[in-house]
Amino acid sequence: MATQTQIPAPDRRVPVIAPGHTFSTITDKISNIVLKRPISLGWIFGFLIVFSMMNVLMMCLGYLFVKGTGIWGINIPIGWGFAIVNFVWWIGIGHAGTLISAILALLRQTWRNSINRFAEAMTLFAVACAGIFPLVHTGRPWLAYWLFPYPNTMNYWPNFRSPLVWDVFAVSTYLTISLVFWFIGLIPDLATLRDRAENPLLQKIYGLFAMGWRGSARHWHRYESAYLLLAGLATPLVLSVHTVVSFDFAVGIVPGWHTTIFPPYFVAGAIYSGFAMVLCLAIPIRSIYGLKDFITERHLETSAKVMLATGLIVAYGYFMEGFMGWYSGSQFDSFLLWNRFHGPYKWCYLGLLASNILIPQVLWLKKFRVSTGWLWLISFVVLVGMWLERFIIVIVSLSRDFVNSSFGMYYPTKWDWMTFAGTIGMFLTFMWLFVRVLPMISVFELRMLLPEAHVHENAAEEVKP
Amino acid sequence: MQIFPRSANAIARASLVLTVVVVGGLLSGLMLLERTPYITNAGIRKAQPVPFSHQHHVTGLGIDCRYCHTSVETSSFAGIPPTKTCMNCHAQIWTNAAYLEPVRESFRSGRSLEWTRVNQLPNFVYFNHSIHINKGVGCNTCHGPIDQMPLVYQYASLQMEFCLDCHRNTEKYIRPREQVFNMRYQPPSNDLMGVHEVAFNGKTYSDQESLGKALHEQYNVRSVKDITSCNTCHR
Amino acid sequence: MSIDENKTKAASAKGPDVCPTKRNQLDLATVKEQIADTTGPEYWRSLEELAGTEEFQEMMHREFPKGASEWLDDFSRRGFLKTMGASLALAGLTGCTRMPDTEIVPYVKQPENVIPGRPKFYATAFTLGGYASPILVESHMFRPTKVEGNPEHPASLGGTDIYAQASILDLYDPDRAKDITYLGDVRSWPAFMEAVKGPMSVETRMAGSGVRILTQGVTSPTLASQIKSYLDANPQAKWHVWEPVNRDNVYEGAKLAFGEAVETRYDFSKADVIVSLDADFLYAGFPGSTRYTRDFAARRNPDGNMNRLYVIESTPSSTGMKADHRWPMRAGEIEGYARTLAAGIGTGFAAGTAGFNNPAGGATKFDKTVATDLSGHRGSSIVIAGDHQPPSVHAIAHAMNQALGNVGQTVFYSEPVDANPVKRGESLNALVDDMRSGKVDLLLILGGNPAYDAPAELDFASALKSNAVETKVYLGTHRNETAELCQWHVPEAHYLESWSDARAYDGTATIIQPLIEPLYGGKTAHEIVTILAGQPGLTGHDLVQQYWQKQHTGADFDAFWRKSLHDGWIEGTQHAPKTVALKSASFSATQSMPASGFELNFRRDPSIYDGRFANNGWLQELPKPLTKLTWDNPIMIGPAMAERLKLNFKDVAELEFNGKKVKGAIWIQAGHPDNSITVFLGYGRTRAGRIGTDTGFDVYPLRTSQAPWFGDGAKLTAVGGIYQLASTQGYQTMETPVGERPLVMERSLEEYKKEPNFAKEEEPAKDLTLYKPQEFPYEKEAYSWGMAIDLNSCVGCNNCIVACQSENNIAVVGKEQTLKGRHMHWLRVDAYYNGPRDNPKGFFQPVPCMQCENAPCELVCPVQATIHSSEGLNDMVYNRCVGTRYCSNNCPYKVRRFNFLLFQDWETPQFKLMRNPDVTIRSRGVMEKCTYCVQRISEHRIDTETASVREGKEIRIGEELQTACQQSCPANAIVFGNLNDPNSQVNKWKALPRNYSMLAELNTRPRTTYLAEIRNPNPELQSGLQSKTEALVPEAELQAERT
Repeated sequence: MATQTQIPAPDRRVPVIAPGHTFSTITDKISNIVLKRPISLGWIFGFLIVFSMMNVLMMCLGYLFVKGTGIWGINIPIGWGFAIVNFVWWIGIGHAGTLISAILALLRQTWRNSINRFAEAMTLFAVACAGIFPLVHTGRPWLAYWLFPYPNTMNYWPNFRSPLVWDVFAVSTYLTISLVFWFIGLIPDLATLRDRAENPLLQKIYGLFAMGWRGSARHWHRYESAYLLLAGLATPLVLSVHTVVSFDFAVGIVPGWHTTIFPPYFVAGAIYSGFAMVLCLAIPIRSIYGLKDFITERHLETSAKVMLATGLIVAYGYFMEGFMGWYSGSQFDSFLLWNRFHGPYKWCYLGLLASNILIPQVLWLKKFRVSTGWLWLISFVVLVGMWLERFIIVIVSLSRDFVNSSFGMYYPTKWDWMTFAGTIGMFLTFMWLFVRVLPMISVFELRMLLPEAHVHENAAEEVKP
Repeated sequence: MQIFPRSANAIARASLVLTVVVVGGLLSGLMLLERTPYITNAGIRKAQPVPFSHQHHVTGLGIDCRYCHTSVETSSFAGIPPTKTCMNCHAQIWTNAAYLEPVRESFRSGRSLEWTRVNQLPNFVYFNHSIHINKGVGCNTCHGPIDQMPLVYQYASLQMEFCLDCHRNTEKYIRPREQVFNMRYQPPSNDLMGVHEVAFNGKTYSDQESLGKALHEQYNVRSVKDITSCNTCHR
Repeated sequence: MSIDENKTKAASAKGPDVCPTKRNQLDLATVKEQIADTTGPEYWRSLEELAGTEEFQEMMHREFPKGASEWLDDFSRRGFLKTMGASLALAGLTGCTRMPDTEIVPYVKQPENVIPGRPKFYATAFTLGGYASPILVESHMFRPTKVEGNPEHPASLGGTDIYAQASILDLYDPDRAKDITYLGDVRSWPAFMEAVKGPMSVETRMAGSGVRILTQGVTSPTLASQIKSYLDANPQAKWHVWEPVNRDNVYEGAKLAFGEAVETRYDFSKADVIVSLDADFLYAGFPGSTRYTRDFAARRNPDGNMNRLYVIESTPSSTGMKADHRWPMRAGEIEGYARTLAAGIGTGFAAGTAGFNNPAGGATKFDKTVATDLSGHRGSSIVIAGDHQPPSVHAIAHAMNQALGNVGQTVFYSEPVDANPVKRGESLNALVDDMRSGKVDLLLILGGNPAYDAPAELDFASALKSNAVETKVYLGTHRNETAELCQWHVPEAHYLESWSDARAYDGTATIIQPLIEPLYGGKTAHEIVTILAGQPGLTGHDLVQQYWQKQHTGADFDAFWRKSLHDGWIEGTQHAPKTVALKSASFSATQSMPASGFELNFRRDPSIYDGRFANNGWLQELPKPLTKLTWDNPIMIGPAMAERLKLNFKDVAELEFNGKKVKGAIWIQAGHPDNSITVFLGYGRTRAGRIGTDTGFDVYPLRTSQAPWFGDGAKLTAVGGIYQLASTQGYQTMETPVGERPLVMERSLEEYKKEPNFAKEEEPAKDLTLYKPQEFPYEKEAYSWGMAIDLNSCVGCNNCIVACQSENNIAVVGKEQTLKGRHMHWLRVDAYYNGPRDNPKGFFQPVPCMQCENAPCELVCPVQATIHSSEGLNDMVYNRCVGTRYCSNNCPYKVRRFNFLLFQDWETPQFKLMRNPDVTIRSRGVMEKCTYCVQRISEHRIDTETASVREGKEIRIGEELQTACQQSCPANAIVFGNLNDPNSQVNKWKALPRNYSMLAELNTRPRTTYLAEIRNPNPELQSGLQSKTEALVPEAELQAERT
C-alpha cells in the first residue's frame, strides 16, 4: 500500500482523472448533470425519438401475442431467428458492465472507477432487452412458467437436461446480482444527490433510495464489505452466463453448434461486444456532458486494448471452427465451412470476418486507440460484427444441416426488424433516463482517485491497532 | 438531511423477513388455489334437467351400473343411457311424476335430454373406461360413493396428479374384477378395527399389498413405467 | 384446415350460403341481435358466417366505408376473427384453467350394434373417370372420417390412391353447393321436378328428340341400364360422354388392332421384363394403378427374381424414376421407337423412319438390347402404352404382346369396363353441334365440368351460354363454371352420401353405399334419370337393389346382397378374359415428325387430376412427386432447353400454341426431353371455391381435339418477371460440394449380390451416450415399436402423405406459408436425382419421424413435452409444448412441424365432423410430429389386453395393427410392428442385409430404418447410366438469388 509521500501507481501513466480537480469540483460537475434545470432541449428531443422506438417494440409484442411467432421469418428448418440472435447479442453486451465493476474491482484496477457506473447501468438495460426474447420467442409464452420447477398439479418437472432451463436460472441470477450490485454502488451517491437537491420532492425520492445513508465510518465499512462480497459473487457469473448461453448451441447436434470451443469463445465475444458498446456510449457522453476530465483518453485506450485482446480470442475461435471442419473429417462440418464461404449467406460471413477480425486490427496503432472518432467507428463496426456472428451461428447453421431435402432459407420480415429496432429503442430509452436522473459516474469512487483520498486512507490505517 | 426516522431501522429489519413471508405466502396460495374445487369442480353438484338420484337407483333399487352405462366394459366411453332406458321402467312407474316430464317429453318428441357433464377431462386427455374396468379398478375408486349421491357430483380432482397417484402404485388400488361394480367393497385390512379379508382365486388376503401383487400377476397389469408413459393418456 | 393465406377473391367472399331470395338491408343493430345470444368461439363463427353474406358487406360499406375493403378480402376477415379468437384464448389461459360446463346428449333410442366411442368400417367404392377404387371407410358415430383400402378386393388388396384418400375432405368441403337453384334462386326438389315435367312430357311425345344427357365416364351398371332403358323408350334422345382425361386412345388402339374396343389389363406379378411406352402405370389416375403397383413392387425384391423396367417417356414421371433404364423422348417420337422395337422382336414391322434418338432412323444399341431382352422373356414380359400415346402406338404394343406370347400370360383382354365407350372427343363434338343448331331442348349435365375442361375449339361454354338450349340442368357438387351457365343447378350427393355401383379396372363391381345422410340434400345421377324415365320417387337404394336382383340368379338374394355390401365387391363380376385376333400386322403412322417449334405435352396434374380436385386443400398442398411443387402448375422444360432459352426457375414465360397464348412460370425438370414442353391440366379455375379458385394457370384454352395430349409448333418466350412457386423440397440432390450424403443407398443387382451389406454404416457403440443406455431396456418390454421402409418398393405415389394427413388431423397451411417453409406434413417423400441432368436416376424416400432411441429432440425440450415411451416411441405431448422449437432445430431429420400461426380451422363446422376424434387438434404455437399413429397402437393394446384378461390367457397385438401410411401403401413398402416379436414382419425386414438407418453415424439409433434401393439394369447398357452427377440448380440458392 502506498506511503504518504508516494502517489499511487496510476500516476506514472496518463492520469485517469485530469489534474486540478478537488472533491468539490468532481461532486459539483457530476451531480449538476442530474440536478441542473431546465432540461436541455437536445435531451428531450433525443428522448422522444428513442421512446417512440421503444413503443414500436411494444406494438410488435402486442401483435406477436395476438398472431403468433409466424409473423417472423422463422420456419422449419430454421426454428430460431432474430429473437435468439438478438437475445445472445444483448446478453453479450450485458457483460462489460459487471466485468468492469466486479473483476476490475477485485483486481484493484482503479481506472475503472470513472466508467463502471454507466457500464453497469448499460449491463442491466442490455440484460433487460435480452430477457424479453427467450420469453416471447416461444409459441405459447403464457405457459412459459412451466420452465420453473414448482409443485404443480401435473406432478411434472421441467427437463433439467435442457440448456433452456439452465438459461432461465443463469440469466435471472445474473440480472438480480447485477441489479443489487449496481444499486449498492449507487447508495452513497444517492445520498449525495439527496443532500444537494433543492427540490423537496427530489430530496424525498433520492432520500428514499439512499436508504438513510449517513456516510459514517460504520456505513463505509459495511458498504466496502458488501461491495466486495457482491463483486466476488458477480465475477463467476460474468463467466457463467454466457457459458450457459453457449450451451444452448453446444448441446445441440447441429453442425456449427456442436463444438466444445463455444463457452470460452462466447465469453470472449461477449466482453468484446460489451466493451464496444461501452465505447460507443462513453465517447459521445463524455463530450456532450464535458466529462473528458474523468473519462480520459487513458480509459478509451485501455478499453480499446481489451477489445483488441478479446477480439483476437474470438478470431481464434473462428479459426478453430474452420480447423475442426477440416480436421474432424465429418462431411457435415466441412460442408458447413463450404456453406459459410460459398452458400447463399456468404456475404454475412465475409462481413463478419471483416468487421470482427480485420478492421479491429488497426487498434494495434495508438493513433486509432486515442482518436475518439475512429474508436467509435471501430466499436460500432464490432457491434455489427458480433450481431452477424450470432446470425451466422443461429441461422446459417440451421439453414442447411443434415438432410438435403430440408435445406431452407430465412428471410426476416418487417416484424423481425421492428422488434430488433424496438429493443434498441428500449435500451436507449433507459440510458437516456439514466444519465438524467442518476450520477452516471460514481462520485465517491472518483474521489478515491484523487491524491487527497489517500490521505484519508492512510489516516484510517493509522487508527487500526 | 435525513428523511428516515430512527424507527425506520426496525422496519428495514422486519422487511427482510416480511418479503420472504409475503412472497412465499402468495406463491403457496396460488398452489393451493389450483387444487380447490373452484378450479377442479370436485364436489360441486350441477343443475340437471332431471334430478336423477344415483342413491335411489343404485342403493335403493340395486340397479347395476351396467344397466345404464352399457359400454363401460367395451368402450372408452361408459355410455349415457338413452331416454328409452329410463322409459323401460318409467313407462310403468311414476308415470305422472312432474319432475319426470322432461323424460317423457324427450321420448314423445324424440329430442334428446341434455345433461350437464359432471366428470369432465380436457380434450387432450384420452381416458378409456374399458381397460380400467377390466383390470380391476372399481367404479368408486374414481367416482367415489356414487351410490350415496342424490345428485351426482365429481368426486376426485381429476387432475393429472390424481391419475398419476394411481398409475404410479396401482397395487394399492386394484381389486378383483368381480368386485369392480361393488359399491360397498372394502379393501382387505388388518388393524385395530379388526381383520377384513378379501377372497380371490380361492385364496383370502388380509392386506391390500399382497392382494395387489396377486392381482397384478393375474391381470398382467403393465409396469409403472409403461402406464406412466405420456402416450398412455395424451396423443 | 386454414385457408387464410390463400388468394381468395370475391367468388368466395360472396360466401357459399348466401340466400339471394331475400336481400333485406342490414344495420349494426340487427347484426348485434343476430349474434347477441351466442358466446365464445361460437360467437366468432356466427359473426364470420354473417360476414360471408352480401347484406353484411353492404352494411359494412354503409357503416364504415373505410374498413369495408378489408372485410371483402377473405384473408383479413378471417385474420380479424382469428385475432379475436387468439385474444380470447389468451384471456382464458392467463388465468387458472377452469373448464366451462358442457352437455352430454344421449340418444333417445339407441340404434342396434352401436357402441358409443368405437368406430365402425363400411365397404364402398370411390370412382375416378368411372373406374372404382374399392375402399373401407371408418365411421365415428356415423361420421365418415378416414378412407382405407379394401384388403379383400382384387383391385385394391388394401392399397388406395391419393384421390380416394382425399375424397373425405371433399365430402366436408364447406364450398359445396347446398341448395337446388334456378338462376341462382333457391328452389325445392319438388319444384324442380315440376319444372322439368313439362318439357319432359313434350319430349316423350317426340321420342325424346330434344333430350341430351351428358355424363362423365360411367361404369355403374345400374345407371347405364337406367339410361339405356330410357333411350330405348325414347330412341331420339342421345347420351354423350365427356372426360377431359380420357382413354380414347386405348379403345381406338384396340379397334385398330382387333377391330373392337377391348379393355386391356396386365398382370405385373408374372412380368420379368416391362417396357413402358410413355405409360405412367404406377401413379394414381391410371386405371388399376393400385393393383399394378402392388404386383410390380412385389417383383422388385432383389432376393427373389427381380423384374426389369424400361421406360420410354415424354414427361418425367414417378414410373420413369423407378425404371432400371429410362429414355426421355418427345411424345411424337415414341411411335417411331415403338415400330423399331416391334421390328426388333420380329412382328413384321418396318423399323420406324423416326429419328427419335438417331437422326439416321433404324435401330440403336439401346432398342436392340431392349428387343433382345423382350424376346428372351416370351410370355413373361409386358409392353404397355400410355393413355396419351396415339392409337397406333397402342396397336403396336398389342402386336408386340401378341408376338411375345404375353396374351393370356401377363396381358388380358376383356369387355370395356366403361359402360359407354364412345370416343369422348367426338361425342362432345356431336353434342355441341346439336346445341348450336338448336336441336337440343333439354340438356342434362350429370357431373363433370365441361364449361371449363372441354376442348378449346368447341367453345362449349359459349354454346351452353347461348339460348339455343331451352332447359339446362346441371348436377354437380360445386357451383362451378358449368353450373353458372345452367338455369338449374342440383347439388350432387357425394359418393359417401349416395347409393350406386361401379366397376373396377378389371370389371369387378362394387356396391356404393352411403355412410351419411346427404349433408345438403344432394341428389345422385340415378335420381335425376328416374325423373326422365318418369318413375320419380325411386331412391338410389331401390334402383341399385332392383338392378342386382335382376342379375342375381342364385336363391337367397338377401344373403347375396348383404355379403356384397359387407365384402365391398360382388362375386363373379370380374370381366372374363376374351380372346381377340390381331387384324393386320402393320398400321399407318399417325404422327409426323416435328415441324417447327417445340412439342407441347398436356398431362393430368399429379395432384388435382383434371381440375375436379382443385378445391381440395389436401391435394393442392400435396407435393407433386418429382417437383415437390404445391398449389401451382408450372411450364416444365428440360435443363438444356432452359439454358438455350436463358430461362430459369420461376421465370414467367408466354406459351403459344395453335395461336392461343397463356402465361406461366418455368420449372426446369431434370430428365425432361429436349425441345419439348409439358403443361398440366386442372389449374386456373375461376369458380372452384375458396381453395382452388385462381391457383396456377389454365391450359385448356390451348387444348384441342386434334392435339388432346401433344402437338408440335409450340412457342415459348420469356416475358420477364418472377412468379413464386412453392416447392416443399429445397435441394434435390444428395451431392454436396464436399461429397455425397448417405441418405438413399442404391446399388445395381450385381453389386448387391457381390456385397449385400453395402448400405450398413458402422454405428457407434450403444453405450456411447452421456445418458444411461439402460435407461430404456426395451428388450424387456412386451412391445417395442419399429418401422422399416423398402425404398425398392416405394414408387413415390404420395399416398402415405394424404393418409397421414387424414388420420392425424393435419392442417393445410396455404401457398404463402408453404413458400415460407411451414408446410405441416408429418410424413414427407423426398425426391432426389443422381446422374446427368438430362437423364438422371430418381429416388424416392418417405421420411416419417425416426423415433430415435437416442432422440436429440428429447433432451433439449425444456418442459419434457417430447419424451420416450417405455415401448420406444418418441412421444409428443402437444398440451405440454410451450413452443421453443428447440427440438426441431436439434432434429437431424427435420421431421417436426410447428404451428407458427393458427393453422387449424377452428371455425368451419364441417371440419369438426371430419376430424379423427382420437387425435388432438393442435393449436397455435405447438410442435407436432409423427408418432407411429399412437392412437391406433393404444386402441389395439387396450382391446387385446381387455380380451386377454377376459379370456385369462395372454394375447399379443398382431399384424392387424397398421399405421395409416402402411395401411394405405399400394406398394407394401412400409412395414410397422413389434420388434420384440421375433416373427414379426418388421423384424424379418430389419434382418435383411440391405436394411440401414439414415445418418447412423449420429448415434440416434432410429427405429425407422430403410431397405436400400436395388436397380436391375441390363448389363449390356450399364455404361449408359454410369456417369457422374452434374449438380442440379439447388432451389435454396436460387431463392437466395431471386428474392
